[in-house]
Amino acid sequence: MNRETRFWTVMFLCGSLFLAYQSFGTNRGVGQQFVVRVDATTGKIIPPTTDAAAPAVKTVIYEPAAKDDPEAIWSFSRTAGIWIAALLTLCIFSYLYRDNVCYKLAESIIVGVSAGYWIVTNYWEVLIAKVLVKLAPDVARYAFLPDTPADAKADYLYVVPVVLGCMVFCRLIPKISWMGRWPLAFVVGTTAGLKLILFLNADFVRQVRSTVLPLVVFSASASGGSELDLIQSIKNIVIVISVLSCLTYFYFSVEHKGLVGRISRLGIWVLMISFGASFALTVMGRITLLTMRLQFLFDDWLGFVRI
Amino acid sequence: MSKTVPVLIASLVGCLMIVAYFSPPLLPARQIAEDWFTIVATIAMLLGGANLCLHHVKKISDQEAGWGFSAVTLLSFFITIAVGILKVGVVPESEQQVKFAWSGPFQQEGSGFWWIYQYLFSPIVSTMFALLAFYVASAAFRAFRAKNVEAILLLVTALIVLVGQTRDREITSMFLPPPAEGVPTFIPIAFVTNFIRETFVTAGQRAIMIGIALGVVATSLRILLGLDRSYLGGDE
Repeated sequence: MNRETRFWTVMFLCGSLFLAYQSFGTNRGVGQQFVVRVDATTGKIIPPTTDAAAPAVKTVIYEPAAKDDPEAIWSFSRTAGIWIAALLTLCIFSYLYRDNVCYKLAESIIVGVSAGYWIVTNYWEVLIAKVLVKLAPDVARYAFLPDTPADAKADYLYVVPVVLGCMVFCRLIPKISWMGRWPLAFVVGTTAGLKLILFLNADFVRQVRSTVLPLVVFSASASGGSELDLIQSIKNIVIVISVLSCLTYFYFSVEHKGLVGRISRLGIWVLMISFGASFALTVMGRITLLTMRLQFLFDDWLGFVRI
Repeated sequence: MSKTVPVLIASLVGCLMIVAYFSPPLLPARQIAEDWFTIVATIAMLLGGANLCLHHVKKISDQEAGWGFSAVTLLSFFITIAVGILKVGVVPESEQQVKFAWSGPFQQEGSGFWWIYQYLFSPIVSTMFALLAFYVASAAFRAFRAKNVEAILLLVTALIVLVGQTRDREITSMFLPPPAEGVPTFIPIAFVTNFIRETFVTAGQRAIMIGIALGVVATSLRILLGLDRSYLGGDE
């Protein structure tokens, strides 16, 4: 056993002993989660009872509750969940030391879970809610979506996208892989048509319109007349000049020399200020996330922070 | 022929999307095409899932280095799908729904799928993003050097905006006379931060957005006119 292995073994032992002490030696516990039983159909809390004669409730859901709530019961699944989430969080943080087995394990889990998550979400939200409801509304109403209107008629036109979608799998068979291009062309064509209008409308026309601003702004004064709003005027002038100079920098059909060169240089400065602010906001966002994860570890899991 | 039909499909559907925007009677056709797009894209996602399985099954069967992690990936993939599709732990939420087998919402709080999202998916993803805080700081420390005007502008702006977002910004108002009764304290760095965000950041982002929009329009037109066929891949 080399020095590094000895160090980490001692660290893990200390950590485990601390967790064991926190779990069993203190009354706070580690990651303990409590819930109340709620009747899903009426929304009423079901008090914990040992009376066998109490009427059975068919549809029970569990909602989070405080530990000192008299109707709260300990939840194994949620407590286990907090522990697993905490250990996976530590696995990811272990990458700060170096790439290791724990990080790779968490990485493998997230690859599988995220792929599965999106497949399940699309299964229920698209294949069931859109395809099955259109092709077999009675089956959808009986088995999955009771809110489907009783008079809904089958729309067999929706067989076409299903067939197109299945043609995607032709790409796995070399002889007929050319058929896999049809659904791809459909998706690319639809995206191109939708994005063309969307970007032209929201990102071009509206942005140009928002840049056409009055350079001198007058606002209503307290005496009932109007007075020069200096700050808003300066802001508008800065916005108009900055947008024009940035666009000049992006315009490559003219050589950036002389007046154009000077304007495009101003554009670079504006972009640098913009990137600096974006960088600061990104850092702040990441630090907020980091704080939330640490809060999860120290509050939800270890129970050190009690506000 | 193998490329002519796909190009025609892309052009027709794309043109329908554009024409329907300007012609209200065609809006239902546009809506149907959008639904079809969602369905085809969803089924295509299953191909992605199949590819993931094939890739990892091959790694396991060849016993390549790290094949154990592939097994973990496949296991978590299939468990998530089984739990989500079978709606493990989901209970019907109303009297009307009790008699229906799978009538509860699949993401219901307390269900198996909710548990996977809450305790596996969400913590790992948010921790991975949180990890970037360290790498952004480390990269900035190594890369940021005030060598020229542009770099100085970037650094100074980042510093101002960072300080302007924290509680430490109140330090900048310590040297000002105390405000009158009922008047909020003027914080200079917060004012500068807001000014930068409302002017330079807006202008910079706006210019970039206009550039991107023109790029997207040009690319979309090339696809619709059949000039760009790169999405169809090579000859097979």
